[in-house]
Amino acid sequence: MNRRIDSFRQILSRNRAASAALGMLILLYLLALFAPFLSPYDPDDESRPHSWATPSRIHFDGIRPYVHPVSFTFDDQAQRIYVEDTAVKAHLGLFVRGHLFGVVDDPANPTTARLYLLGADSRGRDLLSRLLAGSRISLTIGVVGVTISTLIALLIGGIAGFAGGRVDWVLMRICEIVMLVPGFYLLMLLRAALPLDWDSRVVYASIVLILSFIGWAGLARIVRGLVLSIRERDHVVAARALGVPPWRILTRHVLPHTWGFLAVQATLSIPGYIVAESGLSLLGLGIQDPQTSWGNLLQEAMSIAEIRLHPWSLLPGLFLFFAVLSWNLVGDALRDAFDPRGDE
Amino acid sequence: MIVFLLRRIAAMIPMLLGVSVLAFALLQLSPGDPLAAQRSNPQVPEGLVRQIEREYGFDKPVPQQYAMWLGNILHGNLGYSFKYKRPVLDVLLERLSATLLLALFSSGLAWFVAVPLGVWSALRRGEWIDKTVSVVAFVGMSLPSFFLALLLLYAATTMPQLPLIGRIPIGGLTSPDYDSMGLFSRVVDVFLHLLVPGIVLAVGSLAGLQRVARGSMLEVLRQPYVVAARSRGLSEGAILWRHAFRNAANPLLTLLGFEFSALLSGAAFTEVITSWPGLGLVALEAVRAKDLFLVMATVLMGSLLLLLGNLLSDILLAWNDPRVKLR
Repeated sequence: MNRRIDSFRQILSRNRAASAALGMLILLYLLALFAPFLSPYDPDDESRPHSWATPSRIHFDGIRPYVHPVSFTFDDQAQRIYVEDTAVKAHLGLFVRGHLFGVVDDPANPTTARLYLLGADSRGRDLLSRLLAGSRISLTIGVVGVTISTLIALLIGGIAGFAGGRVDWVLMRICEIVMLVPGFYLLMLLRAALPLDWDSRVVYASIVLILSFIGWAGLARIVRGLVLSIRERDHVVAARALGVPPWRILTRHVLPHTWGFLAVQATLSIPGYIVAESGLSLLGLGIQDPQTSWGNLLQEAMSIAEIRLHPWSLLPGLFLFFAVLSWNLVGDALRDAFDPRGDE
Repeated sequence: MIVFLLRRIAAMIPMLLGVSVLAFALLQLSPGDPLAAQRSNPQVPEGLVRQIEREYGFDKPVPQQYAMWLGNILHGNLGYSFKYKRPVLDVLLERLSATLLLALFSSGLAWFVAVPLGVWSALRRGEWIDKTVSVVAFVGMSLPSFFLALLLLYAATTMPQLPLIGRIPIGGLTSPDYDSMGLFSRVVDVFLHLLVPGIVLAVGSLAGLQRVARGSMLEVLRQPYVVAARSRGLSEGAILWRHAFRNAANPLLTLLGFEFSALLSGAAFTEVITSWPGLGLVALEAVRAKDLFLVMATVLMGSLLLLLGNLLSDILLAWNDPRVKLR
């Protein structure tokens, strides 16, 4: 195992892209961890007069940044046009109202100015704040889902491979049936089986459940294959001859040998889980407003008219892309580290 | 060959039965009522609702409902779609052709681009072209299909000056004036509508194909028979395509079956985004409307397509490699 980690380190030092990806992932997860502090507003802090406000332009007074309040007029197609009110300055500062940065409150002359670094959504909520809040769901749901399906796979695949015979046959047929339904259709079926209007935490849990239900079968087959070969190894035969109970042999002497390979498989499947959650939320079947995830944020970009007028609503997709790309690169480097044939 | 086909098709039946039990059970877990719309409609008399209930067995216990449904299927009756107010079979056939058209177009496109690229980067291993191709493929693999679809739609709406992309129509299978077009413009029209969903799907599977093509080509190029062919003075082209590629193609053909599965799922998302009237879109609408029979039929159709895709990949494998025996 240590040798593998060393080899992973070596690959990282040679593979610039993979180490950049690892850095990117660490950054993304740190952003998610400190989201409430780093974002200038609460994710559901809305301001109707700023519906679809364009990204704020930041001006400088020497080195002191400020924004102007904006007001809107309508163009000939009844779309809002935002204009800066250059007479008023609203300064930006650090540590404002418990957030890292934001528009400074001046009790003497209160301002309507809001800071929209990445623009606003239809209800005047800050896209950056929502993106950061959404990253907490989008970035964790895949990892949690993969962990759960790996555990299920270890259990089912381990029992199937170790017990063999009829148990093996039945479990593997069940796996095949689950794998036979194309992912999207299984997603739809499972979503239908769970009600749509639940408490947000329950929705999160049920999405994790759905994702792990789809993912466990493929992993279980891999575990079974590994277990089949490991159980013939000398140390397992020895343990059996010594009369160690089967459950103990399985958990102590067989399954630990599958972990390295399984960790690689799990990492490689994280992007799929992240994309599945986003897709589900994008279709309105996953995380629902006012909760936010990247997929759910992209929902606002679903209509052509909206993307043309408010291209910044595509940004959640870009974050999604970077997260998926980074996980793919890291997973790839891990696979190279564990591949006995070396890089090809 | 015929015996092989029959055996494989017979083996599909228990699998599909399993899928149908799974799907039926999950649907029974779901709250809601397939006749909710009819029940709340004051124009539908209560007696009629009860008659429909009896006719389709909604008033019976679940195992009996399943048995009734299965019996109907075996008689070729897929049931009635309460959402579309048409027999399920009609809805399904109409949507199936759209999905198949999309799947064929996009996989054709992916293979047409990915395989030569893979072979090329194997030949130029480690050179800049190999590195560029692998970076591009990685980016393509990491672009979620729905995001790429939105990006393409964005490009199509905001940049009408671009060649081709600017002319892409948005959403659907045909333009509104399709019925008044001649045959040629109809083909062009459908083709243009195919572009966005087709490209999106092709990009998704391109990376995987390119990598496998490159890897297996590299493996084959090291084999002694390639050296032997070269020493016999055969032209590089003949060595490459007749000797190396035929042997390198096996993993690709195996991949075909898996690709098909990914394609069906990916196609569903892409269909929803680009409103391509295929199976995926219908599945989503059916699940939302709790249209029991339609959901069952789309799920089964999806699984059947997957099985057929695997079968096709096995047949192609045997056709390409005489060492593979079909049993």
